[in-house]
Amino acid sequence: MSCSRRKLLKSAMTVTLAASLPASAFRFLSPAECRAATGTEGTRWGFLIDTNKCVGCGFCVKACKKENEIPYDAPVTRTWVERYVITRDGKTHIDSPLGGRDGFTDQKIRGEELVKPEDIAKTFFVPKLCNQCENPPCVQVCPVGATFQTGDGVTLVDRDWCIGCGYCIMACPYGVRFFHPVHRVADKCNFCYHRISQGRQTACVDACPFGARRIGNLLDQNDPLTRIIMTEPIAVLKDEYGTKPQAFYLGLDRNVR
Amino acid sequence: MKNHLLRPLWCILAAIALILIARHFMVPDDFGVHGKGFTYGFHRLSNVKEWQDFKVKYRGREYCRECHEEKVEKSNSSRHRAIQCENCHGPAVDHPDDPETLAIDTGRGLCLRCHAALPYPDNPRSQIISIDNAEHNPDTDCSECHDPHNPDREEG
Amino acid sequence: MNRELIVHGAEWTEKLLFVYPNEYIYWSIQIVMYPYMTGLVAGAFVLSSLYHVFGQKDLKEMARFSLVFSLALLPVAMLPLLMHLQQPLQGINVMFTPHFTSAIAAFGIVFSTYAAIVLTEIWFVYREYFVQQTIALQGIEGWANRLKRVLYHILTLGAYSTDPAALAKDRKAIRIMAAIGIPVAGFLHGYAGFIFGSVKANALWMSPLMPVIFIMSAVVSGIALCMLTYIIIMEWKKLKATLAKGRGDESVTVIRGAEMEVISKTARYLMMFLVAAISLEILDLIFRGYTAMKSWDILRSVMFDADFAKIFVLQYGLGNALPFIMLLLPGLTIRRTAAALLLVLFGVFMMRWNVVIGGQAFSLSFEGFMHYHLPIIPHDMETFKEGLFGALTVAATPFILFWGLNKILPTLTLEDR
Repeated sequence: MSCSRRKLLKSAMTVTLAASLPASAFRFLSPAECRAATGTEGTRWGFLIDTNKCVGCGFCVKACKKENEIPYDAPVTRTWVERYVITRDGKTHIDSPLGGRDGFTDQKIRGEELVKPEDIAKTFFVPKLCNQCENPPCVQVCPVGATFQTGDGVTLVDRDWCIGCGYCIMACPYGVRFFHPVHRVADKCNFCYHRISQGRQTACVDACPFGARRIGNLLDQNDPLTRIIMTEPIAVLKDEYGTKPQAFYLGLDRNVR
Repeated sequence: MKNHLLRPLWCILAAIALILIARHFMVPDDFGVHGKGFTYGFHRLSNVKEWQDFKVKYRGREYCRECHEEKVEKSNSSRHRAIQCENCHGPAVDHPDDPETLAIDTGRGLCLRCHAALPYPDNPRSQIISIDNAEHNPDTDCSECHDPHNPDREEG
Repeated sequence: MNRELIVHGAEWTEKLLFVYPNEYIYWSIQIVMYPYMTGLVAGAFVLSSLYHVFGQKDLKEMARFSLVFSLALLPVAMLPLLMHLQQPLQGINVMFTPHFTSAIAAFGIVFSTYAAIVLTEIWFVYREYFVQQTIALQGIEGWANRLKRVLYHILTLGAYSTDPAALAKDRKAIRIMAAIGIPVAGFLHGYAGFIFGSVKANALWMSPLMPVIFIMSAVVSGIALCMLTYIIIMEWKKLKATLAKGRGDESVTVIRGAEMEVISKTARYLMMFLVAAISLEILDLIFRGYTAMKSWDILRSVMFDADFAKIFVLQYGLGNALPFIMLLLPGLTIRRTAAALLLVLFGVFMMRWNVVIGGQAFSLSFEGFMHYHLPIIPHDMETFKEGLFGALTVAATPFILFWGLNKILPTLTLEDR
């Protein structure tokens, strides 16, 4: 009898305890959310772009500009999409109207050059953004320490400290930097640092309907992005500058500039 | 008059002292070398937090679902399921508080981003049903005939 | 146009073929002026040091003059940078938190060091004069004179001794300051070259020869400017004296203009540095063509098509070869020298232009070009600062400063010493 009473008490206790726990305690956290909760230790953000999937809709550019408060109609952008049309004579025709913000709806390259469909050998769209280099030349040349690399590998610009000399813009081999038309300081893609720090995806990754863009933690062996980078043939842009870019490309053509 | 040679030096040292005093008051305390060493980690530490606190504008499909479950479900079971609500409706920000309503863009430009025909047979773009913008009912909004939440069904 | 849509650089950049969306000519006319003015400072100082350190007696006339002139140029080397900065009020951050892996961060330190050296040397050169003036102005009525006396009084820094031992010490100090000054002047301008030469993203700029080329052309332009200013001032004095004598002014006893002796000897140094500068530039060009790296195709098309006239006709032809021949031909006259010096100054300016603007004439994608249109008539602050009038302001300032400095530090009145 005493035994069964103890049993009863015990189970009552368990039920009460379990009921007192919030429902959220049982929710599974995504790896990103775990990282957001535990800080930047053990995180190195990387990006993966699949040029085989991009159709040039430009939703990423639109989302980026609105998310990051880059004046929508100003001719500068933190991310952009380039169109490459390679003709049978080996010539490369490239354009990126408004950075691809409104997509590619015109056959004419730069609105002027019409390539005949029968001359086309191959075509692809290449999204570009800051490579968050491991050795960022833009940071090296900043005279005042207004741009820097965070512990998780993202290069940020301190708008209160930047003097606007433009040296970082000159030093970037990828042309990702520009002067913000409103703040009048250097500006660039920061992998939506506010979003990834909260466990969200970047605005451009969320906006891409085709899965051409992904972001992940390169230090996490189980991150799907890391697994692709470790196992598939990937390439980076302008390797020869020694910047060690951390935006990786699947299906990158040699004609990509 | 023995040491008049050093007088300019005292002036220079005074100028340096002046700069150092000004520096003490002008430079924030958290400015220094953090993490990545002097080359890549010389900065004002609080700036990292400032960027983390930047306002999120695109809230994602799940945020929309909280009120518009029916629409989200409808879209999710259509061929447009890959497209985020905010791609067409614009960023939610703090909707429904601010902005109270989202301006719906019904222009053709939005659809043409994917559905404008381009003669690129090797490109994934060619797998999307496409139209010739100049030929296909040029003066009509696409949503007059097509339901963006369920593009397979034609609306009357 | 909506203010928030004005992108810095878009105003004067014209894009051709494929250029990345964010690429504009961000470094425009003021960044051309910046190494040009810095070069004049460094060159003027080196010229004065040639006399003080190496005892080149033939440069005695020029030494004091070019020393004060380099002081007048000093603040002007900073002016174009300030006019170029998007946040000029934050510019002092370069002094507060210098990030020494950046070539620009060295600016605050090297520039201040250099300024301190020039000021110190000038103090030693003029200390005796300051003391004399303080004594001479004693008891003279008029607030202007009193003010002047107070100024000289302060400038002596309390060192009044003019006995031979003290003056000998001064002379020794001058030599030491001039000797330290030469490497610092070289460094000041060498790092200006380093700012460009170290930008690995820019195919035209990136070259280890860049700092040396910059130093050589700096000395060339500095010497040329000092000589030219000397000629103008001496000829102006001559004209005034002649006119005064014509009016029957008895006090005019000497009529002398620029001395051909001084001119021809300084010109020899000018030509030496000019040869060094051109040789290095040609060497750089030959290497680029011979090694023909990835960037050579676009560089070649910029150099030999778009910018051919600017590089080979204006810079090398009109700015280097022609004045060289003019100075070399026998029977050199003041007038011919002046014309050659103007051309040399123009040539060095074109070299800066072709480096700074030419380096941005092609896209980082190597698939397109950017053309620069210098804003002439300003319609807002931006087009003034980074336009023709901004550049002219920078170019005119040293002469105004020099005129002002001459009131306190007379450089060419022979009666003073």
